[in-house]
Amino acid sequence: MSSNKESTVRTLAVALVVSLVASVFVAGSAVTLKPLQEQNKLLDKQRSILAIAGIDSTPLSGDEIRDIFQKRITAEVINLETGETDSSLDAEKFDPLAAARDPNQSVALSGDQDIASIKRREKFTTVYRLKSEDGQLQSYILPVRGYGLWSTLYGFLALKPDLNTVVGLGFYQHGETPGLGGEVDNPKWKGLWPGKTLFDSTGKPDIQIVKGSVAPGGDAAHKVDGLAGATLTSKGVNNLLNFWLGQQGFGPWLAKLRGNGGA
Amino acid sequence: MSKQASAKEILFDPVFNNNPIALQILGICSALAVTSNLKTALVMSIALTAVTAFSNLFIAMIRKQIPSSIRMIVQMVIIASLVILVDQILRAYVFTLAKQLSVFVGLIITNCIVMGRAEAFAMQNPPGASFLDGIGNGLGYSVLLLLLGVVRELFGAGKLFGQEILPLVNDGGWYVPNGLLLLPPSAFFLIGLFIWALRMWKKDQQEQPAFRLAPQVKEGE
Repeated sequence: MSSNKESTVRTLAVALVVSLVASVFVAGSAVTLKPLQEQNKLLDKQRSILAIAGIDSTPLSGDEIRDIFQKRITAEVINLETGETDSSLDAEKFDPLAAARDPNQSVALSGDQDIASIKRREKFTTVYRLKSEDGQLQSYILPVRGYGLWSTLYGFLALKPDLNTVVGLGFYQHGETPGLGGEVDNPKWKGLWPGKTLFDSTGKPDIQIVKGSVAPGGDAAHKVDGLAGATLTSKGVNNLLNFWLGQQGFGPWLAKLRGNGGA
Repeated sequence: MSKQASAKEILFDPVFNNNPIALQILGICSALAVTSNLKTALVMSIALTAVTAFSNLFIAMIRKQIPSSIRMIVQMVIIASLVILVDQILRAYVFTLAKQLSVFVGLIITNCIVMGRAEAFAMQNPPGASFLDGIGNGLGYSVLLLLLGVVRELFGAGKLFGQEILPLVNDGGWYVPNGLLLLPPSAFFLIGLFIWALRMWKKDQQEQPAFRLAPQVKEGE
């Protein structure tokens, strides 16, 4: 080892050894910590589902959240095309986002169908029903997603049993500009959604995110204030709602529910 | 290194006498980005201190083996591995905070403080001293980050660690928050003020102007 440490062979050897040791470290940490990270991700998703359904989930521990999920939330897989519930698929294991990437389990959307710019839509997806403590149906929770300015926003929309009134809307993952489009996470903005109504009298999606603030009265229930300085993110949120509430999204399923003695 | 510095000097010098942000003006980027609230500032401080300390330690341990032609790359490999390790740990144990810090943990790799200490100190000093130097510089960075975090969160949002201190007008209180403080540029002003205060206190940190304007030349001369 006493030979010239600047020689080519020595240089290559040092580079090789350092890279090897470093890669073992990195790979080792990634593999051992993976289960914990996955668990956190799932918990984060469940937490945001609860928050969107109007349950304050921040003070709850992981176990309490899992508990609520077990007792009060039922998940079911639905066929988006027919609106039927499909009991052959296990709602706990089914992953709609993975399905959307699989050509066999998704459909490609043509340009004019794809207003939310998601390119492919899964054939099946998971919806949740939240029951109150005494077993009454409290809300439906639907997964939604769509493109904003820089990124796809992934979130949930919670509806009252009348399938028209919003309980909450929120996104658990996005990459919009912090302080501008990133304000979709702002509790104040999310607080504007509850009570808004999404459909007009003929059952067509009718919700608009407007620039500035909504004037009270008239059709104020169909309008929400836009995000200041984030026109494109606001538009993206509007588009994704129109998409998922329309015929390509949950339209058939909603129609079916309404037909079954619903509102 | 002309004289051997004592461990205490190595550890505490970077806090005020040779602060990496205030005197060396390094690591400004993350100081702007993560200080809008104290919690992220604290986690970022801990993460950076850990990375600087351990990268200094490992680099000092193999400093005699590193060929100078690839020394920067070797340093980068070690720093990058440590940063990934920290990022993975944060994601596994403090998921919500990791989500807020998002890209900035990864950007510790390019933080000039880490690279600067590796190159300036760890390449010439034994592992023990290098480790302390890493912690010291991490502390210097942390002091400034926490200070910025306190000012920005308290006066920008009326809170500290998410707990309400000054009740906001919006929530029925009396304090009108200064929204500018929550935006990154405000950290520039605050860092500037901090540097000014520090240099009034420790006059030896004042720099001589790089050049002086000559007096106007009079006509006819």
